[in-house]
Order: sequence, then C-alpha cells, then structure tokens
Amino acid sequence: METALDIKSLDVRYGPVRAVRGIDLMVPMAGITALLGANGAGKTSTVMAITGVVPVTSGTVSIFGRDMTAAAPDAIIRAGVAISPEGRRIFASLTVEENLILAGSAAGAPETAAALRVSLMERFPILGERRRQLAGLLSGGEQQMLAVARALMSEPRLLLMDEPSLGLAPQMVDAVFAIIEELRNEGISILLVEQNAALALEVADHAVVLANGEVAAAGAPANLTGEDILKSAYLAA
Amino acid sequence: MDLLLQQIINALSLGGIYAMLALGLAIVFSIVRLINFAHGEIMTFGGYGIFLAMAFGFPPLAALTVGIGAALMMALAMERAAFRAMRGADVVSLLITSFAVSEILKVLFQNGISARPVPISFPASWSGTYQLAGMNIGVAPTVSILVTLTSLSLLTLVLRRTSIGMAMRAAAEDFEMLRMLGVRANRVVAVSFAVSGLLAGVAAVIWTAQRGSVDPVMGFFPVLKAFIATVLGGLGSLSGAVAGGFVVGLLEVLTQAFLPDGVSPYRDAIVLGAVIAILLVRPDGLLPAGDGSRS
Repeated sequence: METALDIKSLDVRYGPVRAVRGIDLMVPMAGITALLGANGAGKTSTVMAITGVVPVTSGTVSIFGRDMTAAAPDAIIRAGVAISPEGRRIFASLTVEENLILAGSAAGAPETAAALRVSLMERFPILGERRRQLAGLLSGGEQQMLAVARALMSEPRLLLMDEPSLGLAPQMVDAVFAIIEELRNEGISILLVEQNAALALEVADHAVVLANGEVAAAGAPANLTGEDILKSAYLAA
Repeated sequence: MDLLLQQIINALSLGGIYAMLALGLAIVFSIVRLINFAHGEIMTFGGYGIFLAMAFGFPPLAALTVGIGAALMMALAMERAAFRAMRGADVVSLLITSFAVSEILKVLFQNGISARPVPISFPASWSGTYQLAGMNIGVAPTVSILVTLTSLSLLTLVLRRTSIGMAMRAAAEDFEMLRMLGVRANRVVAVSFAVSGLLAGVAAVIWTAQRGSVDPVMGFFPVLKAFIATVLGGLGSLSGAVAGGFVVGLLEVLTQAFLPDGVSPYRDAIVLGAVIAILLVRPDGLLPAGDGSRS
C-alpha cells in the first residue's frame, strides 16, 4: 500500500543536541496519524524536518512514495505537502487576503488560485468578512483558521498540523477538530501533532508517542494503553 | 525664511539619500539577517559606472542609467558570490563576510581605477539655481528630492501590490514560514539584493551629480550614516529605515547651518548624541519592526 508519509529512523540534530533519535513514523493515505508527546519530545522538530526547513541528519523521509529526504522546501511543498505550523505563524503585517494570495502564488496554479481563495473564504466565513484586515488583528481561533486556509491554498494531499488547538477556547477547539475530520473525509492525509492526547486519539487512525526524541509507543489508538498516553503528557525531557 | 527653506530642501535631499541607503540595508537585513557593510561599495561601484559610461562618451542621462545598472549588478553579484554560501550563518559570520567583500572591492577600485577621486563633469545647468517665490533654489537638490520620492513611492507600490512584494514583506516577518509555503528562498533573497542595489544606484547618481567626482571610499560615509539611520528607525523595519534616514539628514543639515563656528567641529558628535538621546527614549527605534507596521 502506498503511504502519504513514511519516515524511517529519522535523526534531527541542532549542533550537539539530538532532538529526534531514530524515529519511524507513517501516515496512511487519507488517514490521520496523531503524533503525541510532551514539550521537547521532538514533535515539532520532526515536522520541520519533513518540510525541509530543518535538515535531516540521518534516516529517510518518503512522501507519496518518493524519497524527499534531502529535497528543498519548495520541492516538498510542490510534492503536495502543506503545513499549519505550531504557533500559527500567520503574517501579521499582511492582510488576511494577502496571506492567502501569497500561499497561492507560491505553490498553487495561478489560474485556480483566485477561485480557491474565494471558496476558502466561503468555507471559513470569518476570513471572508475580515479579508482586508491585518491578520495580526485576528483572534487566536481566527488566526488558526487562517493558518489552515493558507495551508489549503496549495491544494495539499498531506497536511501537517502542529498543535492546532493550542491556546484556543473550547468551542474553537471543537471547530478545528471538525475541520480536521472534514479534510480527512475529502481525502487529505494528515499528520496531527497534539498535546491534547484525548482529543487527537478520537480522530486518529494511528498514533505515535514520542518521549525524549524516541518513539515510546505506537499503534492504533485503541491499542495504546493508559500508561502510553500518560507518558505522552508527562514524560518530558 | 529664505535660508530656512533652502536648508529644508538640503535636509530633504540629504535625508533622501540616507533613506534610500538605509532602506536597502533594512530590506536585506530583514530577510537574511545580514548587516551588509559592503553596501557602500555597491554605491561606489554605481559611481564608477557613471564615470566609465561618461568616459566612453555616453550622454549624461544614459550614463546615470548605466550607474544604476552597475550598482544593481554589483548587489546581485555580491549575493551570488559571497553571501549565498553563508546563508543561515550567524550574524557575526555574515558581518565579517561583508567586511571582507567591502575591503576586497575597495582595493580593486584603488588598484584597478585610481586611489584618487576621478572627476565626472555634468552639464553646468545641473548645478544651477531657479527662482521660486523670489527665492533661489538649487536644481540638483530639487531633482534629488523628486527622484527620491519617486523611488520610494514606486518601491512602496511594488511591496504592497505585487506578489513578490508581498513575499518580501512576509519574508521580513518570518522567512522560514515563507519557505514552508513553497516560496523559493533564493528568488526572494536575490530580489531583496536587487532592490537594495537599485536604491544604492539611485543614491550614487544623486551623490555624484552633486559632488562631481568618484573615489574608492565614496560610499563609506553615507552608508555609515545610513546604518545609524536603520538603528534609529528600528533595525529590520523598512518604514523605520526611511524615517531614520530623513531624521539623520535633517539633524546634519540643521547642525551644519545653525551651529556657531566654535561648536561646528563637534557636529557629528552632536548628531550622534541626538540619536543616542532618541534611542534612550525609544530603545527599539522610531518605528520598530514586528509591531505590525506596514512598510
């Protein structure tokens, strides 16, 4: 079976610090893999290595069956990957619409970008209403919507979502998770990084728990023991 | 009144040069975290471009275009040859690289062209004056203000309206995120150097047109002032760099015009003292980067 993302014995180092130590990770086609773990467990480093902005020290990263271990970020994005990063990282000094235009101009097809932008602003009505506002003036939840919409501008087949619920009000968290399930139903494969293990396991087909940069547990959510999940929340570096 | 108006025109003219140089420094710094000490040599090279074009018999306006083109090419060549290899290095390594580039170019100018100033003779009408409401106003400062304002407006338009402009504003905010959207880093960096080279070229044109000569260290002092302007405006802030440039220009012209003779040797100290005083009140600069301020 072809996988959306297949990582084998990935190592990521920052100078002397070994943030990720030989992990294996897989996202099935049109499935959701939850990547769990405490702060500093190596989740974000893994995600950044997949996008190519942080170099892979050793191991391999295959995206839709192609080896993309040493590829540049633009090639990885063109291969169908998009990211909604930790902390959202929307461009605060650009308007909502400019954030989307920029994402579309980089990776999307120019002829479909405008239509896609319109349909995304219908899907996320708050972004349509605020499209001329500076993105920095949006609330946290609205910024998260913008981060997701911006990722969708490149029409990705594999979406990396890093802590999409962090710092959001409970209704917003529900809204974000509803979108995640919607996207999966549309056939997008998702790697979901979450500190909120309970929520992530509700939607995930497969889960990997990291601790100190290593895989502490992996398997279907139903097969993870309470102890595994406890590790994901509390076993920090 | 007459004197005041003339000094205001001088201040805007000088401030405009500093503003364009400071903006070029700020655009590159905001994207690649490089404080480019070789920026002065980009300007100097533009000056030599004018000199050589005139020596080959180009008409003055064509020679000025050649000068701007020369500065643009120098900026791009610098990025390709020296700074691309150092991409992602820490600020100190980048700074030392730019010192090396600066020194190499200075020696090449000295040995390849001349260590002494080479004259450029523009038409006499350029250094004339005209009458406005009974006052004599210099042609060169007036043209230089117009050129500066045109350049800055065009650049603002590009930054606000075009997709590469959006990418540059976004890169100034979060370059890594921009790369994660699939934007090619090399393209944005090259364009930022091209813009800084273009602005340095325009500055070189105005500078040489007013002084009538080019020498190997021509770019050093104006770029030094432009550095001060970028710090004053808020390092990495594009609008801050422009504001800082005009403030430094204004302080310089005012101190030159109105300080008593006994104090005038301390002019630079007084200008820098004023800059320090402003920074004590606003440590992040006049218009700091990262507060959502638009370029």
